This record gives sequence, C-alpha cells and structure tokens, in this order.
Amino acid sequence: MNEQPTSIRREDPAKRIELGLHEKLHLDCGVELGPFTTAYQTYGALNADKSNAVLICHALTGDHYVAGDVHPMTGKGGWWTLMVGPGKPIDTDRYFVICANVLGGCHGTTGPKDINPETGDPYGLSFPGITIGDMVRAQKQLIDHMGIEQLFLVIGGSMGAMQVLEWAARYPEQVFAACPIAGAARHSAQNIAFHEVGRQAIMADPDWHGGDYHRHDAAPRRGLSVARMAAHITYMSEAALHRKFGRRLQNRDGLTYGFDADFQVESYLRHQGSTFVDRFDANAYLYITRAMDYFDLAAEHGDNLSAAFDGSATRFCIVSFSSDWLFPTSESRAVVHALNAVAANVSFVEVESDKGHDAFLLDEPELFGVLSGFINGSAAIRGLR
Amino acid sequence: MNGATENGGGAASAIRVDLRLIADMTEPGSRVLDVGCGDGVLLAYLAQTKQTDGRGVELSMAGVSRSVRSGLSVIQGDADTDLKDYPTGAFDYVVLSQTLQAMRRPRDVVENLVRISRYAIVSFPNFAYWRVRMALMFCGKMPVTDTLTHAWYDTPNIHHCTVKDFVETCRDSNIIIEKAIPLTRNGDAIHLSATGWLGNLFAEQAMFVLRRPD
Repeated sequence: MNEQPTSIRREDPAKRIELGLHEKLHLDCGVELGPFTTAYQTYGALNADKSNAVLICHALTGDHYVAGDVHPMTGKGGWWTLMVGPGKPIDTDRYFVICANVLGGCHGTTGPKDINPETGDPYGLSFPGITIGDMVRAQKQLIDHMGIEQLFLVIGGSMGAMQVLEWAARYPEQVFAACPIAGAARHSAQNIAFHEVGRQAIMADPDWHGGDYHRHDAAPRRGLSVARMAAHITYMSEAALHRKFGRRLQNRDGLTYGFDADFQVESYLRHQGSTFVDRFDANAYLYITRAMDYFDLAAEHGDNLSAAFDGSATRFCIVSFSSDWLFPTSESRAVVHALNAVAANVSFVEVESDKGHDAFLLDEPELFGVLSGFINGSAAIRGLR
Repeated sequence: MNGATENGGGAASAIRVDLRLIADMTEPGSRVLDVGCGDGVLLAYLAQTKQTDGRGVELSMAGVSRSVRSGLSVIQGDADTDLKDYPTGAFDYVVLSQTLQAMRRPRDVVENLVRISRYAIVSFPNFAYWRVRMALMFCGKMPVTDTLTHAWYDTPNIHHCTVKDFVETCRDSNIIIEKAIPLTRNGDAIHLSATGWLGNLFAEQAMFVLRRPD
C-alpha cells in the first residue's frame, strides 16, 4: 500500500486496496464478506507517531474525491474543497486526510455493480444488505492497515455524520475528536419515506430488470433520475429554491400549456437527475439508502442513545443548520442531550442558514469558523503542531 | 446570555471582578460547567489559569459560536430545560453568573445545579438593594440600576429575588450555603454578612457557594 504523501494534483488520484483477506467482514445481515476492495484517497502527510489522521466520511452520493482532485467522472474538483486543503479548516498542511468510498458504493469500493467472484457476474441484488455499521467496520480495516491507532478527527455530513456517530460509539478509544454535521442518530420515518419514493422510482423503471440491468446492457436511467430529483428537493430549503428560481420561466416568454420544463426549477431538477445517472449506479443507490434507513444508534444500545457514548473521552462538535428540514436541529439536539447525560465533552452549534441540508457542502463562513476553532482547540489538547 | 449583565469580552487580565472571584475559588484541574457562559470569558480564563476541564451552556447562538471558535466546549442550550440531562455529580463546580433571575423555573435550576456538581456558584442582582427599594418607595417606578439595566417592558429578568429570599429558598430546598458574599456593582466583596439585614440592604449583587447535603 502506498502511504507516501500524495500530491493533490494527480491524474488518477485514487488508491485501491484489498481488505478482508485475513479476517472477513462480518456484516450485520449475517454474511461474511471478503476479500473486498476499498477505494480511497489521502491528502497531506501522516506524521511520525501517526497522530494527525483525519477520516472524512462521505454522504449518500459522495465519494472519496474530497479535495483538489479532478474527479475522474465529473472533471470538477473534490466535493469538499471549501473545507479541505492547505490553509482550510481541515488543513492538509497539518493533517493526513483519508476518505474512503463506502462499502456498497459505486466508485471503487466493492458494491452491487462489481463482479461476484463466486458467479463471475455482477452482484446486482445478490449483494448482501449493508448497514452504516458495516461501512464503518470496513473503514476500520483500512485504518488498522495503515497502522493508525487513533484518528485525530472523524468528520462528515449527512450519512457521513451517521458514520461519525457509529465510529465514536463503536471505537471510542480510536476517535480523539468527532464532528457529525447535519446528521442524526437515526433515520426518521419521513426520511425513510423519501428514500422509499426514490427506490420505487428505480424499481419501476423497466430498464432496471429486477436489478440485473448490467446483464441486459441497460440502466434504469429514468428511474434513478427521478429518485435524484425527489431527493434533491429534500436537500434544499423552500427559501433557497425560491431565491434561486422563483417562478421564473426557462428560456421562454410564456407558458406553453404542455409538459416541457416551463419553469427554471423544473429544468434544474431535470439537469440534476440526468447528470447524476452518469456517475451513480442505481443498485448502489438502493443499497446505500437502505443502510441509512436501517441506522438507529439507540436501538443498538437498548434504546438508550446515551449508552452508546457511556465513558467516552472523545471530544464532540455537533453542527446543524437552521433551515435543514431533512436532518433538523432537533435530531442533533437529541444527540447532544444523550452526550450530556454521560457528561461527554461536547460542543453544539446550530448555524443560521437558509440553504437547507446541503449547507454543509456550501460556502458557510460560520461553519468554517466553528470547525476551525474546534479542530484547532482539539489539536492543541492532542499536542499536534 | 439572557441575564441582566453581559459577560464582557477581552483579555483574561481584564476579566470582570466577580468572575475572578469565582476563578479564585476554583481548584486547579477541576471539572467546571458554566451555565450562561456568554462568550466563554470565564471558561477561557479558568482553562488558562487553573487548567480546568471546562464546558459551557449558552442560549445565544452568537455567544456559542464565539466560544466554540476560540476552542471551548460549549453547547447551545437552555438551562431551564437542559440541566436535567446531566448525571449527578458530573462536575466539581457549576457556575450560574447573573442569570438566575432570567430563568423560568429558578428553583428547579438551583436544585439541578447542586445535583450535577459538588459546588454550585450562583450570583444574582439583589432586589432588596437600597437603591432598588428607594426607586420603588420614592419614585414609584421599577428600578433601573447598574445591575438591573432594562426597562420593565424589555427585561429578560422575570424572577427577581432578594438575598433573604434566596437564603430561605435554599433552606426550603435543603441546600447547604457554604459561602454567601455580598458584592458591589463592580463585583467587589463587601465586608458584611450577606445573610444579615445590612447585607441584604447594601449588597447590589450577591454570590453564593452551594452544595447538597452529604
């Protein structure tokens, strides 16, 4: 494995590693998975005592191209260049940043579009059901392989925040600081409902072929596109949609009395849907949304969320956004209350923003200021330069 | 915070006199919770001078943000509702500075303070201060003083009490008063018994150190 500090500008920045060779991954569904591939990316250099590692956990449709890379599929930069890079809140001049594509994903880590070694065909729906816990256990094998005993920081937004909480609950001694952003300790009924709409859209597309579309040389593009369109609405706030589009018409002077995209917001959603299908696998979307739906950290600890963090010495910084109705502040506050009940070290900030759930990916100076303060303060206590 | 006075920012050396008094009472390395911590001035001062393991609760998002930006562990929260979450004996000191009178249920808050901490340090403006009495008696108006700065219609202070009231409430709640210090408006200690009638007349504010019975 290559642990050299990597330059941020490389043509093919991703690394791949075979894990689960000696010890298979025990999935929550009961299946033993291994060996499996993890695709990941690193930025910055690991210090001599391996104490400056930061693990970034990506969201549902994210990937491991976090910082200044050119994404091999989109040609754009990484998804969190505002947060990660030299001189940024997660400063790659100071920290060794790791991000791995999640288990069940479609950007290099083993998932349903990969070949099942036992059959020689793509897994499709024969891929085992996965959970947030499985994703974290897969990441743990990568971190162990790197010889990192304790991560300085585990951070992520949305589904990434779920992984952060899972990391902190499952491996408290390996997490010095944890920062779940716009997250929750469980997926709400409303969120499961939205995911179900997306899954039904995919499965209703005849090109889905019962999940076997790879063998039919097809892809459920329309279904996946609709799933993305519906989901995208939940990532924004009403105010942000109105500011961005209002009722403005798309390249026309009046209504057409038809079903073309008369409104800019329709055109925008259609664009979001159609570009998404170029970079995402429909079955992976089914599997990962399911993993989020299954997440309920309290249920794993006798319906007592506090018990998940009992005795934890991890420093927590929890951030929510005032206009996020997908992962509302009340969900973050429930985590804060659970942490208070075990007198854990916790900071909690609700950032005032009208940008909805997606605010964690956007230019929010308040978020950057808070995270810089938390990370710098934690680094001082950890004794990092 | 929502108290009558603001925790001023600035260098630790310029810390408010009553906050320094709190710091002087705090043992090095102890676990401290500052309820209504404002910008985190006291927490920063304690971390610097006493190497405390400090936490804060603050209602205003601006205060929370400034605290966390400076590396302090502070949550956005409400003392009226959030103190019940903490386990018994979680802290060595819990501080409630100039905030008690803004609580919706101040007695519950004080009872929670002594539950979650070995010592509770509570300070509040004394409504029996002679200028307050004069304002009512001779002007017939709600008092506006250096510690009670708001007009009646926009004050966050909804539960005023006097030193004597507070002493009686502690007794009723079976809370032990370790110390009672009458203070001037600047936070300087007055050499009077806080619990005597002279203390209740001349203390513009008072600071109490409380604990639950052994």
